[in-house]
Amino acid sequence: MGYYTDLILILDSTVRLAIPLILACLAGLYSERAGIVDIGLEGKLLGSAFGAAATAAVTGSAWMGLFAGVGVALGMSAIHGIASINLKGNQTISGVALNFLAAGLTTFLGQSWFHRGGFTPQLSGDQRFGPITLPFAPELANVPVIGGLYSELISGHNILAYVAFIAVPVTAWVLFSTRFGLRLRAVGENPKALDTAGISVTLLRYQALIITAVLVGIGGTYLSIAQSAGFNNNMSAGRGYIALAALIFAKWKPWPALATCLLFGFLDALQFRLQGVQFPYIGEVPVQAIQVLPYLLTIILLAGFIGRAVAPKASGIPYTKER
Amino acid sequence: MSARVPLPRWVDIALLPLLNVVLAFLIGGIVVVMVGQNPLEAVGIMLYGAFGYGSGFGYTLYYTTDFIFAGLAVSLAYHAGLFNIGPEGQAYVAGLGVILVALGLNGQPWLITVPAMIVAGALFGAGWAFIPGYLQAKRGSHIVITTILFNFIAVSMMGYIISKILKPANVGSDESAPIDAVSRVPQLRLFWDLFKNSPVNISFFLALIALVAVYWLIWHSKFGFAMRALGHNPTAARYAGISNAKVIMITMALAGALAGMVAVNNVGGVQGRLILNFVSGAGFVGVAVAFMGKGHPIGVALSALLFGALYQGGQELAFSMPGITREMIVTIQALVILFTGAMGDMLRPPLERIFGPRAQARAGDV
Amino acid sequence: MATLTPNSEQRLNSAAALPAAIELDGINKHFGPVHANRDIHLSVTRGTVHGIVGENGAGKSTLMSILYGFYTADSGTIRVGGKAVTITDSRHALALGIGMVHQHFMLVDNFTVIENIVLGAEDSALLGRTLSKARAQLKQLATDYGLEVDPDALIEDLSVGQQQRVEILKALYRGADILILDEPTGVLTPAEADHLFRILRKLRDEGKTIILITHKLREIMAITDEVSVMRQGAMVKTLTTSQTNPGELAELMVGRRVLLRVEKGPANPGKVMLAVDKLVVTDDLGVERVKSVSFEVRAGEIVGIAGVAGNGQSELLEAISGMRDQSSGQVLVNGQPVSAFGDDGAARLREVGLAHVPEDRLRMGLVTNFLEWENAILGYQNDYGQGLGLDIGKAKAEARERIAQYDIRPANTDLKSANFSGGNQQKIVLAREMERNPDVLIVGQPTRGVDIGAIEFIHNQIIKMRDAGKAILLVSVELDEIRALSDRILVLFDGEIVGEADPATADEGELGLLMAGVHEGHEPDAAARLPEHVTPVEKTLTEMSPKTDRDIR
Repeated sequence: MGYYTDLILILDSTVRLAIPLILACLAGLYSERAGIVDIGLEGKLLGSAFGAAATAAVTGSAWMGLFAGVGVALGMSAIHGIASINLKGNQTISGVALNFLAAGLTTFLGQSWFHRGGFTPQLSGDQRFGPITLPFAPELANVPVIGGLYSELISGHNILAYVAFIAVPVTAWVLFSTRFGLRLRAVGENPKALDTAGISVTLLRYQALIITAVLVGIGGTYLSIAQSAGFNNNMSAGRGYIALAALIFAKWKPWPALATCLLFGFLDALQFRLQGVQFPYIGEVPVQAIQVLPYLLTIILLAGFIGRAVAPKASGIPYTKER
Repeated sequence: MSARVPLPRWVDIALLPLLNVVLAFLIGGIVVVMVGQNPLEAVGIMLYGAFGYGSGFGYTLYYTTDFIFAGLAVSLAYHAGLFNIGPEGQAYVAGLGVILVALGLNGQPWLITVPAMIVAGALFGAGWAFIPGYLQAKRGSHIVITTILFNFIAVSMMGYIISKILKPANVGSDESAPIDAVSRVPQLRLFWDLFKNSPVNISFFLALIALVAVYWLIWHSKFGFAMRALGHNPTAARYAGISNAKVIMITMALAGALAGMVAVNNVGGVQGRLILNFVSGAGFVGVAVAFMGKGHPIGVALSALLFGALYQGGQELAFSMPGITREMIVTIQALVILFTGAMGDMLRPPLERIFGPRAQARAGDV
Repeated sequence: MATLTPNSEQRLNSAAALPAAIELDGINKHFGPVHANRDIHLSVTRGTVHGIVGENGAGKSTLMSILYGFYTADSGTIRVGGKAVTITDSRHALALGIGMVHQHFMLVDNFTVIENIVLGAEDSALLGRTLSKARAQLKQLATDYGLEVDPDALIEDLSVGQQQRVEILKALYRGADILILDEPTGVLTPAEADHLFRILRKLRDEGKTIILITHKLREIMAITDEVSVMRQGAMVKTLTTSQTNPGELAELMVGRRVLLRVEKGPANPGKVMLAVDKLVVTDDLGVERVKSVSFEVRAGEIVGIAGVAGNGQSELLEAISGMRDQSSGQVLVNGQPVSAFGDDGAARLREVGLAHVPEDRLRMGLVTNFLEWENAILGYQNDYGQGLGLDIGKAKAEARERIAQYDIRPANTDLKSANFSGGNQQKIVLAREMERNPDVLIVGQPTRGVDIGAIEFIHNQIIKMRDAGKAILLVSVELDEIRALSDRILVLFDGEIVGEADPATADEGELGLLMAGVHEGHEPDAAARLPEHVTPVEKTLTEMSPKTDRDIR
């Protein structure tokens, strides 16, 4: 009983920690599949977390917060699009700039508007997305094995969490079963093939960036007004980069992306869980050793020691019609 | 579709970057106005805070020192076609080398410890940068991603080392044992009263030397030639018998060594101990400094000074105008990277219309 | 050769009543200062194969790109099927029934054939339906035109010829009535080219209109009904193919330009300077491109390697010059075996006295962002200055000397190399490699993209090197150049040396057969009457550039 509850609890926090990763990772998937490298995911998460929290605090509505969160991400995507699609600038640099922009502006504006050292006011009630209890969850809670699984692990998350999980099959379907998906994959591999077929590369890449912004915007919103009760400084804490690493690890595919994000989420959950726990022979496992695992795993993959992560061929390269 | 119209040299290397920087600051100013503050007043306070009095100026130079090293670390790699976003982590790990040597030689006069700290910082920084370089050169892992990941790994690794290994039992916060005053990098206030209460130390001169050395390396050495050939055209470099792998690895190591000097300035010269997250963003400022300075040591020096002044002036500003926090500087930094880096060519078309050959030809006709 | 299909005159006559498939009227196009198309008039008859010939840079591709909506003309009218249209983009062109097979394929490598075919022409938002419909249609096209490709194969697993078939299928799937093919045989093996031409004939017989852009006259003679000649951006003349001959076309193509003749005395071969022994080289994908090649080059002779592009020349050059690892075999310079292993092999070969003028100067021979003087020492940078420093003064002084010697313009060592013309860029490379007194000189495509004045200079310079006792290995796809310069010709086919010839006595037809991989061939008949089974590429090869009538008949 004790171990089982423990497991359920760890898995439950795994899911909670994985959700922003899943959203950001899928967001990055659309953008990179379309041939645009998005180092700026981190900044977009942070920016939309702030936008959502600030708006929810002012309007009192979580839904307005979501709108604002997505809106901020859209605005940042627009900058990224102008720099990397229209001006054909360096996408990495643009992403790095966006990350700093978010880090600077969220704290600066937060301080100017709310005077709480960069924090937004504590949110409660309608200002947040609360847990949704799925049908029969309370009733089933006491049924052995399945009861705990259903009522703790599957039920009781907020709407954004469910959106994240639904986004995975939807993305897989869009990518591999629709016209849009076919074109999206093509534009990241060989934009010229699309251009000569009479399809606008620019338009398609902007469409991808919009989807990216919506997903990462939801992710940021989740961070500040679903998972937490307000914004605090640098609350994305590298999740955008982890999501990027997960994307590489998943080789730019939706289902593996889900699995990788859950794995990274699990490592994160484990790290909290193992703090101060003494193991026989090993003693205490340092938190940092677990923290570092997602990065190490990604590097090992990148170095080609376990399979090869081949990015979409045209990613990072601005498209220019040649003379 | 259109080939680039060549612009007069001074427009290309001076006017265009300058306009980009002005644009970044203009937008920064607009943000300040948006929160109801007077940007001109803010600039005034910042200028005073950065240059108006001795210790303020000292702080400015101290920050400038960090930014020169970090900026050079990014610039040098960029000439070889490598985007090194890792100076933050490289400097952090270099701190370990600096503190180990300093504690090992603790009590020795600075003439002995400082060179040792420089060498150790350089070696540790170089080592940390070498791994992504190796992975790029030999395994084809993208340097941008690996240097970012290595920043995170550095944070975890150093966090563990500092809090679990270096931290003496009797110290509360996460930091190493202190270096004796005689063994630290001497601060300029010892020789020059002007800099009283400010941390600027002789690392500043090291930074100036680094600027000259990097300039020489890039444009006056055989290795720099090979590096630039690789950066512009890897196939041609191979044709020229230049080993791409070797140049990538050496360049990254050199960049890491430069970033490592941030640790000498900070750990050896100011804190006198290794504290958690001591780099606190200086490595990332290096990215902005490098782009703003167009990778040229003179540009790096100027933009490092600008950012040094912003950081110091920003502190002053946060005191005098409570509506503005230090993070405004991070915003400016972001705008500078955006406008001089990613959107660097935004103003090119109008400039081409004004200064391009056709415009000149037209002028000639009249 | 009795057939049921009408001959070309009948085709032209029967189509005369109908409006032309395509009519161009006064088309002009500028790219900056370059007048790429000047006042073009062209009429393409429905149901025919219409050839467009011209030298590189004559404006053929630009014209077709305008027709396909990739560029917009500055002025002029386009009529498709008698109706004036403004083609705004490729999509519009496709809607008008114009399809294009580009020289460089526009395919997504990791997509399947069928995905590539429907890409951009999907008829529903869901892929499933589109794909099953396309599958049926593909089957139909395969049986109609002999265009068989596995619809589920990945593009990257297909041969070049198969990929080209996918491109044609793409156009047909989109309902193309008029098919433009841009230099379609340049990358094909002879058998593949043969197959392509059979497909094209079939398409024509089914009523499609085909525009074939090429600079190879044999292809024109073999397959087209009408032919238009372009020169320096202008349309010179349109002729009925059966009423013209390659000689006339050649003259029209180049104007009445006198063919360049290289003055050279007999060779004086000395000792073996470069020996290649059972060399095997693979390309980046691990495919063997050079298969156990052995030959020698002696001091004071020029050995030319002839062959169709893509038969292993690039890999051979790169392996000998140290840019590419040798899988097995040996390269000996001056009797000493040299290892090219590692990514700095080129430096070792330079050390033993081998200089290399690469095929593709912009990709390899120059760093276009470098200043002139920097490129003047590229590869030899370690000779300038002691220790770590670079002796810029010495480098610039030497660069100035070379500029004077080779008449490089503008004479400015501090100018970015990108700002020099193609000919002057090539001179920078030649000067650098030749003036270092190498024992062995390897030259790839020395006059590609170079203006006529510079060609003569470059040729003479190569002869001068030979007369100074250097061993020279020359690779060029211009057979004319090979014949004019070489003292011995080796023919490379599919990575193997399939024959050797003396340029003074070699017969064009014989060389052509060798280049096509036919080891013991017979003299081909006159071009226009070539039997079906002789590949068009052979015809091409003997016709690399203009000849006198004697060569053709």
